[in-house]
Order: sequence, then C-alpha cells, then structure tokens
Amino acid sequence: MQLESLYQEIILDHYRHPHHKGLREPFDAEVHHVNPTCGDEITLRVTVKDSGGEAAVADVSYDALGCSISQASASVLTDLVIGKPVSEGMEVSAAFLEMMHDRDAEPDDEVLGDAVVFAGVAKYPARIKCALLGWMAWKDATARALSSVNGEQT
Amino acid sequence: MTFDVARVRKDFPILDRTVRGGKPLVYLDSANTSQKPRQVIEAITDFYERHNANIHRATHELGEEATQAYEGARIKVARFIGAADESEVIFAKNVSEAINLVAYGIGNATSGRFRLGEGDEVVISEMEHHSNIVPWQLLCQRTGAKLRWFGVTANGRLDLSSADDLINERTKILAISHQSNVLGTINPVSDLAARAHAVGAVVLVDAAQSVPHGLMDVTSLGADFVGFTSHKMCGPTGIGVLWGRRELLEELPPFLGGGEMIETVWMDHSTYAPPPHKFEAGTMPIAQAVGLGAAIDYLREADLAAVRAHEHGLVSRALQALSEIESVRILGPTEPVDRGSAISFELADVHPHDVSQVLDDCGVAVRAGHHCAWPLHRALGVQSSTRASFYLYNTLDEVEALAEGIRTAEKFFKVT
Repeated sequence: MQLESLYQEIILDHYRHPHHKGLREPFDAEVHHVNPTCGDEITLRVTVKDSGGEAAVADVSYDALGCSISQASASVLTDLVIGKPVSEGMEVSAAFLEMMHDRDAEPDDEVLGDAVVFAGVAKYPARIKCALLGWMAWKDATARALSSVNGEQT
Repeated sequence: MTFDVARVRKDFPILDRTVRGGKPLVYLDSANTSQKPRQVIEAITDFYERHNANIHRATHELGEEATQAYEGARIKVARFIGAADESEVIFAKNVSEAINLVAYGIGNATSGRFRLGEGDEVVISEMEHHSNIVPWQLLCQRTGAKLRWFGVTANGRLDLSSADDLINERTKILAISHQSNVLGTINPVSDLAARAHAVGAVVLVDAAQSVPHGLMDVTSLGADFVGFTSHKMCGPTGIGVLWGRRELLEELPPFLGGGEMIETVWMDHSTYAPPPHKFEAGTMPIAQAVGLGAAIDYLREADLAAVRAHEHGLVSRALQALSEIESVRILGPTEPVDRGSAISFELADVHPHDVSQVLDDCGVAVRAGHHCAWPLHRALGVQSSTRASFYLYNTLDEVEALAEGIRTAEKFFKVT
C-alpha cells in the first residue's frame, strides 16, 4: 500500500489531536480561506509581538473544517511558528511551498522540522491545496497583522 | 437479450489499464466524465485524418465532407432526444455554456417575452449544479429580477410544498435539473414545467445527468430549453448541446457575436442567421461534434433500455451494499426509485478527500468534495461528500470493490 507514504503516523496523530486549535483573543489579524474545489475552510488568527526589535509570532489560533491533510498541516504549522521570529516562520513556509511543488527535491528537514512528513503529499497533486490551506492563511494573516501593527505605530 | 457488460467493456480501452501500482481500474466517476469507447476515439481520428476542414465556408470537397459530418451529428442529436427538427439543436462548449447562452440571451432582450426586470422572478432549486445557479444570479443582478428557489427535503427530494408560492404570475423562468448530479434524484420536471407554463414562464432543464442514460424525449418532457454535454455520454469534451423550441430560439437574442452567426453585417448593425447558426459564433468544435455523433450511435447500438436496466441493477446493489456498512450515511434517496446512478455518501467523520484517497489506493476512482453543488451540501448539513457513479461499463464486481474499499478506509482511519 502506498497510502502510508502519504498518511505518515505524525500526520494522523495531528489530525486526531490537533495542536493549538480553537480561536483565541486577542489577535492582530483574522483571515478566512477556503479551498473551492472541496469546500474545506479555515479561519485563522495571528498575534504578533516585538521580540528584541524583530517581529515574532505570539500566537496562531484557528478553526478549520477539512480533511486529515489540511487539519494536520495547520496543526504542525502552529507548532513550528508560534514563538518564532516571523522571518523564520516565512522561511519554513517558503520551504513547505517548495516541497509541495517539487516532488523530486530533497526537503530540508532542518528548516521544515515535523512539516517534512508532508513530503509525500507532493506525489498527489489533488492534495497539495489541502496541505497548503493553513500555510496560505497564515502568510496572509501575518502580513495583515504586521501591516496593522506597523500602521498603529506610525 | 441480456446486456453483455463484458462485451461493452472491451470497447473501452482505458478500462484495461491499471492504476496505483498495478491495481485494476474501477472507474466509478462517470457522472463527472464518462470514459470513451474505441468507436468514438476512431471517429475523431478518422475525421482528422481524412475529412478535416472548416465547415460552412470551405468551397472544396473536404469542406463539404466536414460540413456534412458536423451537420450529420446535429441530426443524430435531434433524433436522440426526440427534437422536432435539427434546427432546434445548438452546439455549445458544455452545459454551463448552454445555460449561459439562454441567460445572456434573455439579458440581451429589450422587449418581448424575454425582457426581464424588477418585479420578475427566476426560480431554481437548491439541488442545482453551480452551472444552473450562477448564470441566473448574474442575470438577476443585471436585470433586477428576483432569484427564488425550491428547497430540498431531508431525504433529498425537491420540496414541492412551496410550489404554489414559488411559481406565480411573476415567474418568468424556471431552471431546474432533471437529475441531481449529487443525489441521483430524478425530479418531476414535466409537472413543474406544466405549472410554469400555466403562468407563462419559460422552462430550462439541466439534463447533464439524464441524457447520458437515454432519459430524454424533449417533446414529452415539456421544457422549452434542455442542456446536456457530450463528455458525460461517451463523447469527447469540448462540446455540449442546447435544445430549444424553434419559436423561442427565433425570438431569443444572440449570446456570442462573431463569424457564422450573422446574416448581414454593416458597420453600425447586423442581422442574424436563423437558429441554430445564430447561436454558433466562430469556428465550432467540429471533430468533437463528430465524436458526439459517434457516441450517440454507440449508445443506440448498446440499447439504452438494456443499459438502464443494467445500471438499475448496479445502483440497487450499491445502495444495499453501502447501507450494510454501519458508518456509511447515504445522502438522498436510499431506494432505487426515481433516482439515477450516482450515490453520494458520508463515512462517519472521515473527510471525503481521505475516503477517496483510500479508494484511489485500491484502484477505485470516485469523486470527493461538494461536486459543484455547494448549496445542496449546505442544505443537507454536510460539508462535502464522496460520490460513486455508475455507467454502462460498470459491473457488480466493481460495486463490491467499492464496498471493500470503503471498509479499508474504515480500518485505515479507525472508524469504530
């Protein structure tokens, strides 16, 4: 069975027991993203903070409806970016996107951490959007959070 | 004579291939698009190899042959659906375009029966495919008409209790599906058309899911416009059909302007060709029309009554097999009465994408998602579903493969 290469145990664990799920206050930005092909959706909130002059991710909270891949991906995302500088989170996000779009590339597990278990998704083009749903929402929300925070400062 | 499914399968080369590392293909996604028999593939190849030319304008032998082939396909379509005359058959890209043709044509009317404005109503249903929802939303936005709709009952039938309220003297258009692409439900279109006609409305029927099974006689159906598509009925993609009553097609303003749809052109105005050419602007999908004609020949040869009896057997068995799996909940009619050969279902709380992924790993091709019917899923209180759909080439063994695949998904996702 090739299924195990897609549904790694870590993915199924996150799917059954998602981390940081639920919408929390306060937040700097909230976005709602959908996958129009299947109707999967995510509402995601981001809070940013100043950490030694650098923007960092204070919290990511979310509520989502979707398949195991999209749910697990959002859960792993929160583990990887909460508490990290935004720039580091963006680096993971870029590496994740690259892993999805280049099935032959060797994913960099130093950067990707647990997210490397999604490497198998790249072999199933129909599922790439599922894995990316949370990441796209996070990037969008973070950009909005940064501009709203910066807007307040100026 | 019994229906020989083994012989039918030999006509479809793709059914011989394996998927996902050597598993036999079990194709249960024909409501999405059907597979194509060799006869259709060869007809298209033969057209390109021997007769290819543009139609209606090439003054040479190939042009004559191509025109004859294209117009011959129109005649085959007309006979297949019981149209009074082939001039009532318009080729379009697909059902979406066929419906848009009517909706935009109506939107272009400045007078007469098609003129639409504030105070007028357009009636659809919650069961529609997006292609029979969005064009009407756009038309209502452009004209100020009001969009109204039939709801669905919990068991997946049209809720007709509001029919008297919905179809009234303000109703100008009723647009309804013949057979639900999600639930398989066959709607009482003739009754609804009679009601709509009694108040002077025009009736469009989305027949994408019924025509492939030979369920169409436009004369007895009672509708004014009927749309369907080639690729769901063993034909190629890229071509669909709009049938319309001749007198309505004459009055309906054109949708797309361009080559071949005109009678005369001046710099400031034009007059139009009579139907069907009035609605066929530019070079049409000629080889695809030929392929559709070959698909119709194929379906007629296969004997559609026998095909339907075969499909009824498959659906009956599938409904039974699925109802024996406790964690499966079938959406829509669970009895094989007034329903076609699509079955959508939920498997406990396993997401349809995950169900279909496991089925795919077993070689079973189904569709997962909202099947372009988001409002219907919302009305039934489900986010999305998994759909298996059957056609003439499917077998009872494949129904068992579906049930077996669902049990594999149950185990994989530890449904208890």
